[in-house]
Amino acid sequence: MDTTTILKAAGVSKFFPGVKALSKVNFTLRRGEIHALMGENGAGKSTLIKVMTGVQKPNEGTILFNDKRISPKTPQEAQNIGISTVYQEINLCPNISVAENIFIGRLPKKNGKIDWNTMNEQAKQILERLHIQIDVSRLVSSYSIAIQQMIAIARAVDMSSGVLILDEPTSSLDSREVQELFKIMRKLKNEGMAIIFVSHFLKQVFEISDRMTVLRNGLLVGEYKTSELTQTQLVAKMVGGTSVTSEELPNKRRKPRVMEGQTFLKTNGLEKHGSIEAFDLAIRTGEVIGIAGLLGSGRTEMAKLIFGIDQADQGNITIDNNMMTLMYPRKAIKNGIAFCPEDRKVEGVVEDLTIRENIVLALQAKRGYFSYMPLKKQCQLAQKYIDLLKIKTPSMEQKIGNLSGGNQQKVILARWLTTNPKLLILDEPTRGIDIGAKGEIRRIILSLAAEGMTILLISSELEELVRCCDRVVILRDRSLIGQLEGDGITETKIMKLIGEGGVKAANEDIG
Amino acid sequence: MKTLVKRFAQSKMFWPLIALICIIIINLILIPGFFDIKIYNGHLFGSPIDILNRMTPLLIISLGMTLVIAKEGIDISVGSVLAISATTAATLIQSHSIFIALLAAIGVGVLCGIWNGVLVAYIGVNPMVGTLILMTVGRGIAQLISNGQIITVHSKAYHFIGAGYLLGFPFSVFVAVVCFILLYFLMRKTAMGLFLEAVGGNQTSSRFAGINVKKIMFIVYVVSGICAAIAGILISSNVNSADANNAGLWIELDAILAVVIGGTSMSGGRFYLGGTVVAALFIQTITTTIYTMGIPPETVMVAKAVIVIIVCLLQSNAFREMFMRKKAVEV
Amino acid sequence: MKIKFQIGGNNITILATLLLFIVLFGSGSILYEGFFSLQVFLNLFIDNAYLIIVATGLAFVIITGGIDLSVGAMVALVSTIIAFLLKQGVNPYLVIIFVLIIGVLFGFAQGFLITRFHLHPWIVTLAGMFFARGSAQLISTDNIAVNNKLFLKFSEIIIPFPGGSFLSIGAVAAIIIVVAGVYVAKFTSFGRNVYALGGNERSSLLMGLPVRRTKVMVYMLSGFCSALAGIVFTVYTLSGFAMHLLGMEMDAIAACVIGGILLTGGYGHIIGPLLGTLSTGVIQTIITFQGTLSSWWTKIVIGLLLCLFIVLQKLIVTGKFKYRSTKVSRKEEIKAEKRSSI
Repeated sequence: MDTTTILKAAGVSKFFPGVKALSKVNFTLRRGEIHALMGENGAGKSTLIKVMTGVQKPNEGTILFNDKRISPKTPQEAQNIGISTVYQEINLCPNISVAENIFIGRLPKKNGKIDWNTMNEQAKQILERLHIQIDVSRLVSSYSIAIQQMIAIARAVDMSSGVLILDEPTSSLDSREVQELFKIMRKLKNEGMAIIFVSHFLKQVFEISDRMTVLRNGLLVGEYKTSELTQTQLVAKMVGGTSVTSEELPNKRRKPRVMEGQTFLKTNGLEKHGSIEAFDLAIRTGEVIGIAGLLGSGRTEMAKLIFGIDQADQGNITIDNNMMTLMYPRKAIKNGIAFCPEDRKVEGVVEDLTIRENIVLALQAKRGYFSYMPLKKQCQLAQKYIDLLKIKTPSMEQKIGNLSGGNQQKVILARWLTTNPKLLILDEPTRGIDIGAKGEIRRIILSLAAEGMTILLISSELEELVRCCDRVVILRDRSLIGQLEGDGITETKIMKLIGEGGVKAANEDIG
Repeated sequence: MKTLVKRFAQSKMFWPLIALICIIIINLILIPGFFDIKIYNGHLFGSPIDILNRMTPLLIISLGMTLVIAKEGIDISVGSVLAISATTAATLIQSHSIFIALLAAIGVGVLCGIWNGVLVAYIGVNPMVGTLILMTVGRGIAQLISNGQIITVHSKAYHFIGAGYLLGFPFSVFVAVVCFILLYFLMRKTAMGLFLEAVGGNQTSSRFAGINVKKIMFIVYVVSGICAAIAGILISSNVNSADANNAGLWIELDAILAVVIGGTSMSGGRFYLGGTVVAALFIQTITTTIYTMGIPPETVMVAKAVIVIIVCLLQSNAFREMFMRKKAVEV
Repeated sequence: MKIKFQIGGNNITILATLLLFIVLFGSGSILYEGFFSLQVFLNLFIDNAYLIIVATGLAFVIITGGIDLSVGAMVALVSTIIAFLLKQGVNPYLVIIFVLIIGVLFGFAQGFLITRFHLHPWIVTLAGMFFARGSAQLISTDNIAVNNKLFLKFSEIIIPFPGGSFLSIGAVAAIIIVVAGVYVAKFTSFGRNVYALGGNERSSLLMGLPVRRTKVMVYMLSGFCSALAGIVFTVYTLSGFAMHLLGMEMDAIAACVIGGILLTGGYGHIIGPLLGTLSTGVIQTIITFQGTLSSWWTKIVIGLLLCLFIVLQKLIVTGKFKYRSTKVSRKEEIKAEKRSSI
C-alpha cells in the first residue's frame, strides 16, 4: 500500500467568539486509507473538516496537500485542489436530472452548447463504476435517500483527485445500504483514494476504518490504528478522563415499576401514511415509557401525532376517556400533554425572545389571547423555574439565543413544566448538549418521574432508556413491533427486538 | 438617570427620533415661520398642525403594516384597499346615512384583509405575490364601484372626519390616537403581541408551543385591511372626493418605510409601534418640507426608494459585517 | 435533436395552460363573429409583445426563487427616456443602446443588493419599482409623443402572413427572445445553474456553482428584457410616459404563473410565460369583443385567474410530496418484508 501522506493539518486552531473550536490540532491522511474522525458533539470534527474544505478559515496553523501549502477559501477551491466532501444532508438539486447533478458546474459541451447525450452517457459510466444502475435522465427527487447519497458520492469521486470526505454518510441509510456504501468505499480505497470517514456509529467505524483520529473539546487526543483499539478504549478517549460512570451521569439504574394505574392516554389505530403505520399505545398514569428505534423508524413521528403537530389520517386518541380524532397542539396542551421537541434550535427556542418570554409561551398559548399574564406573574414563574432547574443566566431578560445548548434545553423544559402537564413527551432531551448538562437533565427527568409525572421518553441512547423507563416500546420501519416491561428492559433485548437490521442500534451500545 | 439615558440611546426609538429632530431643526433654520401656530376660529393652524393632519392616513396604515412585517410578511395592497374603502364610503353616502357608509367602508377593509389572510396564511402564497394580486385587482374593483368617475362627496358630517376640528386639533388626529391606543392595547395587554413576536421570530417553535400560527397571520392581515380602510375614509373625507385611480397611490412604500425606520426588522420578530409613529411623523415632515422648499415633488419618490434600501442595508448583517471589517482594518 | 421535457410536473402545467388557451380562444370564436381568424391570433403577439419579453426575463428570476417587481416601472422609465432623448434630437440608435445599458445596470444594482447583502428580493425590487417610476416622473410628467423617423419606420414594418395577416417587428422580437430563452435555459451552463440554484441554493453553493454571479446575472437579464420591452412598447404606442403600464408587474407574474413557472423556484419551462401571456391576451380580446364591459374587468379577471393558478400550483406541489412519501414508505415496506423473511 502506498503510505505517503496526501493531506496534512498542522497546528490548526479556530476560534469563535467565546469558544475554542479547535486548538493546535494535527491531522494526517495517507493515500489509500480510510481514516475515521472521532469525537463527541462539539469535539471539533466538523470544524476541522470545514477548515480543510475551505468553508471556514483557520485562525492559525497550516494545511498541506501533497506537501504543498494550501488555503482554500471556498469548497469550490478545495474541490479544484482535490478534496471533495459529501455531507450528511444530501447536497443535490432535487429538481434536475441525476446526470446533471453529477456534472453541474462542468457540463460537457459541444459547439458551445450542452451535450446532453455525452453527459448522460458519462454519468451512466461513472455510476456503473460504483455498481449503481439507474436512469440518469430522471430527476434526483424521484430516487430514495440512499441512492441520492450514492449519487452525491459519485459526483465527489469523479471530481476528486485524492481525498474524499464523508461526513456522517450512514445516518439515514439502513444496514443493507450501509454495506453497499462500504463496498464502494473499499473499492475506492484500493484505487488509492484517501477517505475521511465521520460517523457516530462505532461498529461501522471499526468495520471500515484503518486508522482514527480522536478529538475532544477542540483538542487532539491522539491518532490510533483501528486494530489496536477496542470500542471501550475509544469511548473512554472520546468522553475523556472523567469516565461516563462518574457522578456526572446518574448511572444507577432506577428500579422499574410495573404500573397498574389508570390509562391516561390510549391511541387506537393512529396512522399517518408515509410517516408511521397504525399503532395502539396505552400510557398509564405515572409511568415512564420509552420509545426505542432507529433514526427514521417513526419515533418522532409518533410523538408528533400524539401532540397534534401532524394530523393523523386514521385512528383516534382517547385521553381520560374522551375520544378525539382531530388533534392539534393547543388541544393537546389543554388535555395536559407537553412536548419537548428533538430539534431545539428549529422547533424549540425563539431566539429573539427573552428567557422569560420563552418560558411563559406555552402556558400563555394554553390560556389563550385574552387572559394575558401580568408581567409580575411572568417574572415569578420564570424565576421559579430558573431556580428550580438551575438555568445559568445573569438575567431572565437575556435573549435565549445567548445561552448554551444545555441551558436552552432547560428553558424549553421549564416552558412545559409551567403548563403542569399530565404527560411530558421528551424527544431526545439530551442530544447535542455537553456531558455535565446531560447529567443534570437526566436527573431532572428522574425526579419528575419520582414525583409521579407521566413521561414518554424518546432516545437513541439505549442506556438512557434502560435507566429511566418502566416500559419500553420498540419501533421498526415505521411501525410499533413490541414492548419490554419492568426488569425485562435491557439493552441487548431492545437491540434484539429492533432486529437483525439493527446495525445502528448495536452501535449505540457504547455505554 | 444615566442608565435611563443609556437605555434610551439603545432603544429603537432613538434613531427615528434623532432623525425627526434633525429635520425639524433644518426646517427651523431654512423656513422662517415654519413653526408658527396661530389660533383662528378656535382652531390651531400652522405647518406642524398641517403635518399632523396629513400624516394620519399614513400613520394608521403604517401601524397595521408594522404588525404584518413583524410576522415576516408584507402587505402591498394597502393603497388599493384604501381606494376601495374610499370609493365605497363616497358612493354609499350619496344615498345612505353616514354610519352605513362608514360601516360598509370598514367592512370592505375587513373583507380585503380576509382575502389576503386566506391567501397568505391558509393557502401559503408568498405574501408579496398574494397581496400584489389585491394591489392590482383592487384598483379595478375601486373603479368598478365608482364607475370610473371621481366621486364628489357633499356630506358635511363626512367631511368633518377628515377635515373637522375638535378641541382645537384636527379630528383625524384623534382618530389616529384612538387607533394607536386600540392596537397598543391589543398587542401589549393581550397575549397577541407576545404570540406575534414569537411567530415572527420562529414560526415552527411557536407552533410546537401551541400557538395557532395561521390564525395570527390571518388576524394580522385583517387588522392591516381595517387600518387601510380607516385611512381611506380619512383621505376621501379630507378632500371631499374619492378617486379610484389615485387615492393612496404608492402609500405602501411610505408605510414600509415608516415601519423599517421605526426599528421593526423586515425579517420579523420584535416590533415597535411607537417607533412607527415617530417614523411616520418624520416621513410626513420631510414630504412637507420638500413641498414648502419648492423642490420638485417627483424627487420624493426616488428619495424614499433610496432611503428604504439604505435602512434595509443598515439592518442587514452582511452590510454591518462589511462595515465592521473595514473599521477593524483601520484600527 | 430531440428535446424531451425533463420535468413531469411541467408537462402537466404547460398542457393545462395550452388547454386553457384553446378553450378561451374557442369560446371567443363561438361567441363572437370574426374572432376566429389568423389575424386575431397574431394580434395576441403584436399587442402583448412587450409583456412576452418581460415575462420571459422574469421567468428566469422566478426560477432562481427570486422575484422582480420593478419590470413594469422599468418599461415606463425606458419609454420616457426614449421619448425624452428623441425629442432632444439624440441619434435613435444611440438611444436604443443607451436604454439597454440602463436596463442591464439597473438589474445589476438590484441583483448586487440582493446577493451581496442578503436583502429580500421583493423589498429591493419594490424599491426599484418606485425608483424607476420616480425617475421617470423626474424626467417628465407629461406624455411625450415619439415622432422620430426610425421609430415611425419600425412601427410600420410588417411581416406578411398568408391571407393578408401580419406580424409587427415587436412581435418578432418577442418570439426571438422566447426562442433564445428556451435555448439558454436548456443548453447553457448559465441556464442549468439557474435551475439548480432554484432547486436548492445551499447545495448549489456546496457543489461549487457560481451562485452569486448567476443570481446577479438573472436580475441583469430581467433588466435587459424590461429595457427591450420598453423599446418595443415605445414603438407600439409611439409615446413615452411615466405612468405607462401601472400594475404591469402583476400581468408579468400572472403570465409566468399561468405558464407553469413555480413561484417557489426550480420548476418551469421558459416557453410557459409565452403561453401564459397568450392566455391573458385572449381574455383581453374577449373583453374588447364583448364591447360593453369596462377595461378594468381585464385586470380583475387576470387577477382571479392568477389566484386560481397559484392555488393549483400549491395543490400540485403538495400532491407531489404526498405521492413521493407514500412511494418511499411502500418501498421500505417491501424491504422490511424481505428482511423478515430472511
